[in-house]
Amino acid sequence: MQQIINFLINNKNALLFLLLLILSLSFTVQSHSYHKSKIVSSTNFLSGGLYSWQHSVSDYFGLKIENERLLEENERLRNQLSALGVDTVSTKYVDTVSFDRPFSFTKARVIKNDYSKIDNYILINKGEKDSVFPDMGVITDKGVVGIVENTSKNYSRVISILNSNSRINAGLKKSNQYGSLVWDGKDPNIVQLETVPRQAIIKEGDTIITHGRSTIFPKGIGVGTILNYQLNETKSYYLINVKLFNDMTDIGFVYSIQNRDSKEIKSLEKID
Amino acid sequence: MNKDLLLHIVRFILLVLIQVLILNHINFLGFLNPYIYIIFILLVPINVNKSLFLVISFLLGLFIDIFSDSGGVHAAACTVIAFIRPVVLRSVFGLSYEFQTVKLGNLGFGERFLYVTLMVLIHHIVLFSLEIFNFSHILLILKKTLFTSLFTIVVTLLILVLLRRDDS
Repeated sequence: MQQIINFLINNKNALLFLLLLILSLSFTVQSHSYHKSKIVSSTNFLSGGLYSWQHSVSDYFGLKIENERLLEENERLRNQLSALGVDTVSTKYVDTVSFDRPFSFTKARVIKNDYSKIDNYILINKGEKDSVFPDMGVITDKGVVGIVENTSKNYSRVISILNSNSRINAGLKKSNQYGSLVWDGKDPNIVQLETVPRQAIIKEGDTIITHGRSTIFPKGIGVGTILNYQLNETKSYYLINVKLFNDMTDIGFVYSIQNRDSKEIKSLEKID
Repeated sequence: MNKDLLLHIVRFILLVLIQVLILNHINFLGFLNPYIYIIFILLVPINVNKSLFLVISFLLGLFIDIFSDSGGVHAAACTVIAFIRPVVLRSVFGLSYEFQTVKLGNLGFGERFLYVTLMVLIHHIVLFSLEIFNFSHILLILKKTLFTSLFTIVVTLLILVLLRRDDS
Protein backbone atom coordinates (compact mmCIF):
# COMPACT_ATOMS: atom_id res chain seq x y z
CA MET A 1 0.00 0.00 0.00
CA GLN A 2 2.79 2.34 1.02
CA GLN A 3 4.51 1.60 -2.27
CA ILE A 4 1.43 2.40 -4.29
CA ILE A 5 1.03 5.75 -2.56
CA ASN A 6 4.71 6.48 -3.05
CA PHE A 7 4.40 5.62 -6.70
CA LEU A 8 1.43 7.95 -7.06
CA ILE A 9 3.23 10.81 -5.32
CA ASN A 10 6.44 10.33 -7.29
CA ASN A 11 4.64 10.26 -10.62
CA LYS A 12 1.93 12.77 -9.87
CA ASN A 13 2.91 15.06 -12.75
CA ALA A 14 2.96 12.25 -15.28
CA LEU A 15 -0.41 11.01 -14.04
CA LEU A 16 -1.86 14.51 -14.12
CA PHE A 17 -0.53 14.88 -17.65
CA LEU A 18 -2.15 11.62 -18.71
CA LEU A 19 -5.45 12.63 -17.12
CA LEU A 20 -5.52 16.02 -18.87
CA LEU A 21 -4.44 14.47 -22.16
CA ILE A 22 -7.19 11.84 -22.01
CA LEU A 23 -9.71 14.55 -21.14
CA SER A 24 -8.72 16.71 -24.10
CA LEU A 25 -8.58 13.70 -26.43
CA SER A 26 -12.10 12.72 -25.42
CA PHE A 27 -13.26 16.27 -26.22
CA THR A 28 -11.53 15.95 -29.58
CA VAL A 29 -13.09 12.58 -30.40
CA GLN A 30 -16.50 13.91 -29.42
CA SER A 31 -16.06 16.92 -31.66
CA HIS A 32 -15.41 14.60 -34.60
CA SER A 33 -18.73 12.80 -34.26
CA TYR A 34 -21.84 14.57 -35.38
CA HIS A 35 -24.34 15.63 -32.72
CA LYS A 36 -22.14 14.81 -29.79
CA SER A 37 -19.90 17.86 -29.66
CA LYS A 38 -21.84 19.66 -26.98
CA ILE A 39 -19.41 20.24 -24.15
CA VAL A 40 -16.83 22.50 -25.74
CA SER A 41 -18.89 24.90 -27.79
CA SER A 42 -18.86 28.62 -28.43
CA THR A 43 -22.60 29.02 -27.88
CA ASN A 44 -22.06 29.92 -24.23
CA PHE A 45 -22.66 33.39 -22.86
CA LEU A 46 -18.98 34.32 -22.60
CA SER A 47 -17.75 33.52 -26.12
CA GLY A 48 -21.08 34.31 -27.76
CA GLY A 49 -21.18 37.70 -26.05
CA LEU A 50 -17.56 38.46 -26.95
CA TYR A 51 -18.08 37.53 -30.60
CA SER A 52 -21.27 39.55 -30.93
CA TRP A 53 -19.49 42.55 -29.37
CA GLN A 54 -16.66 42.13 -31.87
CA HIS A 55 -19.17 41.84 -34.67
CA SER A 56 -21.07 44.96 -33.63
CA VAL A 57 -17.81 46.86 -34.19
CA SER A 58 -16.73 45.24 -37.45
CA ASP A 59 -20.26 45.31 -38.88
CA TYR A 60 -19.99 48.93 -39.99
CA PHE A 61 -17.26 48.15 -42.49
CA GLY A 62 -19.51 45.85 -44.52
CA LEU A 63 -22.67 47.96 -44.66
CA LYS A 64 -22.26 49.02 -48.28
CA ILE A 65 -21.73 45.48 -49.59
CA GLU A 66 -24.59 44.23 -47.43
CA ASN A 67 -26.87 46.89 -48.93
CA GLU A 68 -25.99 45.89 -52.44
CA ARG A 69 -26.62 42.25 -51.62
CA LEU A 70 -30.07 43.10 -50.28
CA LEU A 71 -30.87 45.12 -53.40
CA GLU A 72 -29.85 42.17 -55.57
CA GLU A 73 -32.05 39.84 -53.58
CA ASN A 74 -34.96 42.29 -53.79
CA GLU A 75 -34.51 42.53 -57.52
CA ARG A 76 -34.56 38.79 -57.92
CA LEU A 77 -37.60 38.35 -55.70
CA ARG A 78 -39.44 41.13 -57.54
CA ASN A 79 -38.70 39.44 -60.87
CA GLN A 80 -40.04 36.16 -59.52
CA LEU A 81 -43.11 37.92 -58.22
CA SER A 82 -43.90 39.53 -61.56
CA ALA A 83 -43.21 36.25 -63.37
CA LEU A 84 -45.74 34.51 -61.15
CA GLY A 85 -48.26 37.23 -61.91
CA VAL A 86 -49.30 37.63 -58.31
CA ASP A 87 -52.22 39.94 -57.98
CA THR A 88 -51.43 42.10 -55.00
CA VAL A 89 -54.83 43.76 -54.85
CA SER A 90 -56.77 40.53 -55.01
CA THR A 91 -59.78 40.09 -52.78
CA LYS A 92 -59.17 36.36 -52.48
CA TYR A 93 -58.52 35.31 -48.88
CA VAL A 94 -56.49 32.37 -47.72
CA ASP A 95 -57.29 30.88 -44.36
CA THR A 96 -53.79 30.87 -42.92
CA VAL A 97 -54.83 28.70 -39.95
CA SER A 98 -55.09 25.63 -42.14
CA PHE A 99 -53.32 26.64 -45.36
CA ASP A 100 -50.18 28.20 -43.93
CA ARG A 101 -46.91 27.35 -45.63
CA PRO A 102 -44.97 24.63 -43.79
CA PHE A 103 -41.68 26.56 -43.76
CA SER A 104 -40.98 29.72 -41.81
CA PHE A 105 -37.78 31.72 -42.01
CA THR A 106 -35.96 33.59 -39.21
CA LYS A 107 -33.22 36.03 -40.04
CA ALA A 108 -29.98 35.85 -38.06
CA ARG A 109 -26.57 37.47 -38.13
CA VAL A 110 -23.36 35.46 -38.45
CA ILE A 111 -21.02 36.48 -35.63
CA LYS A 112 -18.29 33.92 -36.22
CA ASN A 113 -17.43 32.09 -39.41
CA ASP A 114 -14.57 29.59 -39.90
CA TYR A 115 -13.44 28.19 -43.20
CA SER A 116 -9.75 27.38 -42.82
CA LYS A 117 -10.07 24.19 -40.77
CA ILE A 118 -11.33 20.72 -41.65
CA ASP A 119 -14.33 20.97 -39.32
CA ASN A 120 -15.82 24.43 -39.55
CA TYR A 121 -18.63 25.91 -37.51
CA ILE A 122 -20.62 29.13 -37.79
CA LEU A 123 -22.03 30.98 -34.80
CA ILE A 124 -25.28 32.93 -35.28
CA ASN A 125 -26.95 35.37 -32.91
CA LYS A 126 -30.34 33.67 -32.62
CA GLY A 127 -31.07 30.85 -30.19
CA GLU A 128 -33.86 29.03 -28.41
CA LYS A 129 -35.37 32.37 -27.41
CA ASP A 130 -36.10 33.02 -31.11
CA SER A 131 -37.17 29.39 -31.69
CA VAL A 132 -34.02 28.25 -33.40
CA PHE A 133 -33.49 24.60 -32.51
CA PRO A 134 -31.10 21.80 -33.57
CA ASP A 135 -31.67 20.24 -37.01
CA MET A 136 -32.99 23.39 -38.62
CA GLY A 137 -31.51 24.35 -41.98
CA VAL A 138 -29.55 27.58 -42.49
CA ILE A 139 -29.37 29.37 -45.86
CA THR A 140 -28.43 32.73 -47.32
CA ASP A 141 -30.27 34.42 -50.14
CA LYS A 142 -27.97 32.56 -52.55
CA GLY A 143 -27.83 29.05 -51.18
CA VAL A 144 -27.27 26.47 -48.47
CA VAL A 145 -24.96 27.26 -45.53
CA GLY A 146 -25.43 24.43 -43.03
CA ILE A 147 -27.54 22.87 -40.30
CA VAL A 148 -28.05 24.09 -36.73
CA GLU A 149 -26.35 21.67 -34.41
CA ASN A 150 -26.25 23.15 -30.95
CA THR A 151 -28.29 25.94 -29.39
CA SER A 152 -28.23 28.01 -26.23
CA LYS A 153 -30.66 30.70 -25.12
CA ASN A 154 -29.27 33.46 -27.36
CA TYR A 155 -26.86 31.77 -29.79
CA SER A 156 -26.73 28.76 -32.09
CA ARG A 157 -23.86 26.85 -33.58
CA VAL A 158 -24.27 25.88 -37.22
CA ILE A 159 -22.38 22.93 -38.63
CA SER A 160 -21.12 24.47 -41.86
CA ILE A 161 -21.31 22.77 -45.24
CA LEU A 162 -17.50 22.98 -44.98
CA ASN A 163 -17.29 20.35 -42.24
CA SER A 164 -16.21 16.75 -42.60
CA ASN A 165 -19.19 15.64 -40.48
CA SER A 166 -21.76 17.42 -42.61
CA ARG A 167 -23.90 15.30 -44.97
CA ILE A 168 -26.56 17.34 -46.74
CA ASN A 169 -28.73 15.73 -49.38
CA ALA A 170 -28.70 17.52 -52.70
CA GLY A 171 -29.36 16.59 -56.27
CA LEU A 172 -29.65 17.71 -59.85
CA LYS A 173 -32.12 20.40 -60.78
CA LYS A 174 -33.16 18.75 -64.03
CA SER A 175 -33.66 15.18 -62.80
CA ASN A 176 -34.48 13.44 -59.56
CA GLN A 177 -31.16 11.72 -58.87
CA TYR A 178 -29.52 12.87 -55.68
CA GLY A 179 -26.47 12.31 -53.51
CA SER A 180 -24.88 13.70 -50.38
CA LEU A 181 -22.67 16.78 -50.13
CA VAL A 182 -19.32 16.34 -48.38
CA TRP A 183 -16.19 18.48 -48.20
CA ASP A 184 -12.62 17.32 -48.76
CA GLY A 185 -11.11 20.21 -46.79
CA LYS A 186 -9.24 21.86 -49.65
CA ASP A 187 -11.06 24.77 -51.25
CA PRO A 188 -13.76 26.65 -49.29
CA ASN A 189 -15.66 27.37 -52.50
CA ILE A 190 -15.83 23.81 -53.80
CA VAL A 191 -17.68 20.87 -52.20
CA GLN A 192 -18.13 17.30 -53.42
CA LEU A 193 -21.40 15.60 -54.28
CA GLU A 194 -21.09 11.85 -53.77
CA THR A 195 -23.15 8.79 -54.63
CA VAL A 196 -25.02 10.20 -57.61
CA PRO A 197 -25.85 7.07 -59.64
CA ARG A 198 -24.12 6.80 -63.01
CA GLN A 199 -27.46 6.65 -64.79
CA ALA A 200 -27.78 10.38 -64.16
CA ILE A 201 -27.13 12.54 -67.19
CA ILE A 202 -24.90 15.37 -66.04
CA LYS A 203 -22.74 17.98 -67.62
CA GLU A 204 -20.49 20.78 -66.44
CA GLY A 205 -22.41 23.87 -65.41
CA ASP A 206 -25.56 22.04 -64.31
CA THR A 207 -27.28 23.41 -61.23
CA ILE A 208 -27.35 21.48 -57.96
CA ILE A 209 -30.24 22.16 -55.56
CA THR A 210 -31.54 20.71 -52.30
CA HIS A 211 -33.99 17.93 -52.81
CA GLY A 212 -36.49 18.20 -50.02
CA ARG A 213 -36.05 14.57 -49.04
CA SER A 214 -35.40 15.44 -45.42
CA THR A 215 -37.39 17.76 -43.19
CA ILE A 216 -34.46 20.17 -42.94
CA PHE A 217 -34.40 22.01 -46.26
CA PRO A 218 -37.35 22.68 -48.56
CA LYS A 219 -36.93 21.57 -52.16
CA GLY A 220 -35.18 23.92 -54.55
CA ILE A 221 -32.69 25.87 -52.45
CA GLY A 222 -29.62 26.47 -54.55
CA VAL A 223 -26.29 24.84 -53.74
CA GLY A 224 -23.97 25.42 -56.68
CA THR A 225 -23.02 24.46 -60.20
CA ILE A 226 -21.08 21.42 -61.43
CA LEU A 227 -17.42 22.27 -61.92
CA ASN A 228 -16.25 18.84 -63.08
CA TYR A 229 -17.02 15.18 -62.41
CA GLN A 230 -15.66 11.66 -62.64
CA LEU A 231 -16.80 8.09 -61.92
CA ASN A 232 -15.65 6.44 -58.69
CA GLU A 233 -13.38 3.36 -58.59
CA THR A 234 -16.20 0.85 -58.99
CA LYS A 235 -17.67 2.90 -61.86
CA SER A 236 -21.10 2.93 -60.28
CA TYR A 237 -21.30 6.45 -58.86
CA TYR A 238 -20.29 9.90 -59.93
CA LEU A 239 -18.02 12.06 -57.81
CA ILE A 240 -18.93 15.64 -58.66
CA ASN A 241 -17.08 18.83 -57.72
CA VAL A 242 -19.64 21.56 -57.05
CA LYS A 243 -18.81 25.25 -57.10
CA LEU A 244 -20.94 26.86 -54.39
CA PHE A 245 -23.22 29.82 -55.07
CA ASN A 246 -22.32 31.21 -51.66
CA ASP A 247 -18.94 32.66 -50.99
CA MET A 248 -18.45 30.75 -47.72
CA THR A 249 -15.66 33.10 -46.67
CA ASP A 250 -18.03 36.06 -46.67
CA ILE A 251 -21.40 35.41 -45.03
CA GLY A 252 -23.19 38.26 -43.32
CA PHE A 253 -26.86 37.52 -42.76
CA VAL A 254 -28.52 34.11 -42.92
CA TYR A 255 -32.02 32.67 -42.59
CA SER A 256 -32.79 29.65 -40.45
CA ILE A 257 -35.62 27.49 -41.74
CA GLN A 258 -38.20 26.01 -39.44
CA ASN A 259 -40.29 23.17 -40.84
CA ARG A 260 -43.62 23.25 -39.02
CA ASP A 261 -44.52 19.80 -40.32
CA SER A 262 -41.31 18.10 -39.25
CA LYS A 263 -42.90 16.50 -36.16
CA GLU A 264 -45.74 15.14 -38.21
CA ILE A 265 -43.41 13.76 -40.89
CA LYS A 266 -41.09 12.20 -38.32
CA SER A 267 -43.95 10.52 -36.45
CA LEU A 268 -45.15 9.04 -39.74
CA GLU A 269 -41.67 7.78 -40.57
CA LYS A 270 -41.47 6.09 -37.17
CA ILE A 271 -44.54 3.90 -37.73
CA ASP A 272 -43.04 1.32 -40.13
CA MET B 1 6.29 38.26 -6.64
CA ASN B 2 2.76 39.63 -6.61
CA LYS B 3 3.58 41.90 -9.51
CA ASP B 4 4.85 38.89 -11.49
CA LEU B 5 1.67 36.95 -10.79
CA LEU B 6 -0.44 39.86 -12.02
CA LEU B 7 1.73 40.09 -15.13
CA HIS B 8 1.12 36.42 -15.93
CA ILE B 9 -2.64 36.72 -15.44
CA VAL B 10 -2.81 39.80 -17.68
CA ARG B 11 -0.65 38.06 -20.27
CA PHE B 12 -2.94 35.00 -20.22
CA ILE B 13 -6.10 37.05 -20.82
CA LEU B 14 -4.49 39.34 -23.41
CA LEU B 15 -3.07 36.44 -25.42
CA VAL B 16 -6.41 34.58 -25.48
CA LEU B 17 -8.24 37.73 -26.59
CA ILE B 18 -5.68 38.59 -29.29
CA GLN B 19 -5.73 35.02 -30.55
CA VAL B 20 -9.50 34.61 -30.84
CA LEU B 21 -10.44 38.13 -31.90
CA ILE B 22 -7.65 38.94 -34.35
CA LEU B 23 -5.27 36.13 -35.23
CA ASN B 24 -7.89 33.42 -35.86
CA HIS B 25 -9.25 35.59 -38.69
CA ILE B 26 -6.02 36.26 -40.58
CA ASN B 27 -6.27 33.23 -42.91
CA PHE B 28 -3.14 34.21 -44.81
CA LEU B 29 -3.13 32.39 -48.20
CA GLY B 30 -6.46 30.87 -47.24
CA PHE B 31 -5.50 28.77 -44.25
CA LEU B 32 -2.53 30.16 -42.29
CA ASN B 33 -3.20 31.49 -38.79
CA PRO B 34 -0.34 32.02 -36.33
CA TYR B 35 -1.01 30.51 -32.90
CA ILE B 36 0.90 32.94 -30.72
CA TYR B 37 -0.97 32.21 -27.47
CA ILE B 38 1.70 29.63 -26.63
CA ILE B 39 3.98 32.58 -25.76
CA PHE B 40 2.35 32.24 -22.34
CA ILE B 41 3.67 28.68 -22.00
CA LEU B 42 7.09 29.71 -23.34
CA LEU B 43 7.48 32.51 -20.80
CA VAL B 44 6.32 30.76 -17.62
CA PRO B 45 9.26 30.84 -15.14
CA ILE B 46 11.39 27.70 -15.04
CA ASN B 47 10.97 27.04 -11.32
CA VAL B 48 7.15 26.96 -11.50
CA ASN B 49 5.10 24.28 -9.74
CA LYS B 50 4.79 21.60 -12.44
CA SER B 51 1.28 20.37 -11.61
CA LEU B 52 -0.07 23.91 -11.57
CA PHE B 53 1.70 24.61 -14.87
CA LEU B 54 0.09 21.56 -16.51
CA VAL B 55 -3.39 22.54 -15.35
CA ILE B 56 -2.99 26.17 -16.44
CA SER B 57 -1.70 25.13 -19.87
CA PHE B 58 -4.66 22.78 -20.25
CA LEU B 59 -7.04 25.62 -19.35
CA LEU B 60 -5.32 27.98 -21.80
CA GLY B 61 -5.84 25.46 -24.59
CA LEU B 62 -9.42 24.80 -23.51
CA PHE B 63 -10.25 28.52 -23.66
CA ILE B 64 -8.96 28.69 -27.23
CA ASP B 65 -10.96 25.54 -28.03
CA ILE B 66 -14.18 26.98 -26.64
CA PHE B 67 -13.76 30.13 -28.69
CA SER B 68 -12.80 28.40 -31.92
CA ASP B 69 -15.13 25.36 -31.67
CA SER B 70 -12.33 22.88 -32.14
CA GLY B 71 -13.19 20.23 -29.56
CA GLY B 72 -10.08 19.64 -27.45
CA VAL B 73 -7.22 19.94 -29.91
CA HIS B 74 -5.61 23.07 -28.47
CA ALA B 75 -5.98 21.73 -24.92
CA ALA B 76 -4.21 18.51 -25.90
CA ALA B 77 -1.40 20.32 -27.74
CA CYS B 78 -0.85 22.75 -24.84
CA THR B 79 -0.78 19.95 -22.27
CA VAL B 80 1.80 18.08 -24.34
CA ILE B 81 4.19 21.02 -24.71
CA ALA B 82 3.76 21.94 -21.04
CA PHE B 83 4.71 18.38 -20.09
CA ILE B 84 7.79 18.14 -22.29
CA ARG B 85 9.02 21.70 -21.76
CA PRO B 86 11.61 20.54 -19.15
CA VAL B 87 13.04 18.09 -21.69
CA VAL B 88 13.25 20.79 -24.36
CA LEU B 89 14.82 23.24 -21.90
CA ARG B 90 17.43 20.69 -20.85
CA SER B 91 18.37 19.84 -24.41
CA VAL B 92 18.61 23.48 -25.44
CA PHE B 93 20.27 25.07 -22.41
CA GLY B 94 22.12 22.06 -20.97
CA LEU B 95 23.88 22.77 -17.69
CA SER B 96 22.61 26.25 -17.03
CA TYR B 97 19.10 24.79 -16.92
CA GLU B 98 20.15 22.19 -14.36
CA PHE B 99 21.32 24.97 -12.07
CA GLN B 100 18.17 26.97 -12.73
CA THR B 101 20.14 30.03 -13.77
CA VAL B 102 18.41 30.55 -17.11
CA LYS B 103 16.41 33.75 -17.39
CA LEU B 104 14.08 33.46 -20.36
CA GLY B 105 14.16 37.22 -20.89
CA ASN B 106 17.85 37.60 -21.70
CA LEU B 107 18.92 34.70 -23.89
CA GLY B 108 21.07 34.80 -26.97
CA PHE B 109 19.23 34.76 -30.27
CA GLY B 110 20.39 31.25 -31.20
CA GLU B 111 19.14 29.60 -28.02
CA ARG B 112 15.92 31.56 -28.06
CA PHE B 113 15.32 30.58 -31.69
CA LEU B 114 15.96 26.89 -31.01
CA TYR B 115 13.70 26.87 -27.94
CA VAL B 116 10.81 28.60 -29.73
CA THR B 117 11.19 26.44 -32.84
CA LEU B 118 11.13 23.14 -30.95
CA MET B 119 8.14 24.09 -28.84
CA VAL B 120 6.15 25.48 -31.77
CA LEU B 121 6.87 22.44 -33.97
CA ILE B 122 5.76 19.96 -31.30
CA HIS B 123 2.66 22.01 -30.53
CA HIS B 124 1.65 22.29 -34.18
CA ILE B 125 2.23 18.62 -35.01
CA VAL B 126 -0.05 17.54 -32.15
CA LEU B 127 -2.55 20.27 -32.99
CA PHE B 128 -2.95 19.48 -36.69
CA SER B 129 -2.82 15.69 -36.26
CA LEU B 130 -5.77 15.92 -33.88
CA GLU B 131 -7.58 18.61 -35.85
CA ILE B 132 -7.49 16.67 -39.11
CA PHE B 133 -7.69 13.31 -37.28
CA ASN B 134 -7.19 11.21 -40.35
CA PHE B 135 -3.91 9.58 -41.30
CA SER B 136 -4.85 9.35 -44.95
CA HIS B 137 -4.41 13.15 -44.94
CA ILE B 138 -0.85 12.94 -43.60
CA LEU B 139 0.50 15.21 -46.35
CA LEU B 140 -2.06 17.86 -45.44
CA ILE B 141 -1.04 17.56 -41.77
CA LEU B 142 2.63 18.00 -42.65
CA LYS B 143 1.92 20.89 -45.00
CA LYS B 144 -0.18 22.73 -42.47
CA THR B 145 2.33 22.06 -39.68
CA LEU B 146 5.26 23.32 -41.74
CA PHE B 147 3.74 26.54 -43.03
CA THR B 148 1.87 27.46 -39.87
CA SER B 149 4.99 26.78 -37.79
CA LEU B 150 7.03 29.15 -39.97
CA PHE B 151 4.38 31.83 -39.54
CA THR B 152 4.05 31.28 -35.78
CA ILE B 153 7.82 31.21 -35.19
CA VAL B 154 8.38 34.49 -37.06
CA VAL B 155 5.53 36.28 -35.27
CA THR B 156 6.51 34.84 -31.87
CA LEU B 157 10.16 35.87 -32.21
CA LEU B 158 9.13 39.35 -33.31
CA ILE B 159 6.83 39.74 -30.31
CA LEU B 160 9.46 38.40 -27.93
CA VAL B 161 12.06 40.82 -29.27
CA LEU B 162 9.76 43.84 -29.35
CA LEU B 163 8.20 43.34 -25.93
CA ARG B 164 11.38 42.32 -24.14
CA ARG B 165 11.56 43.46 -20.56
CA ASP B 166 14.97 44.58 -19.42
CA ASP B 167 14.67 43.51 -15.81
CA SER B 168 13.53 39.91 -16.20
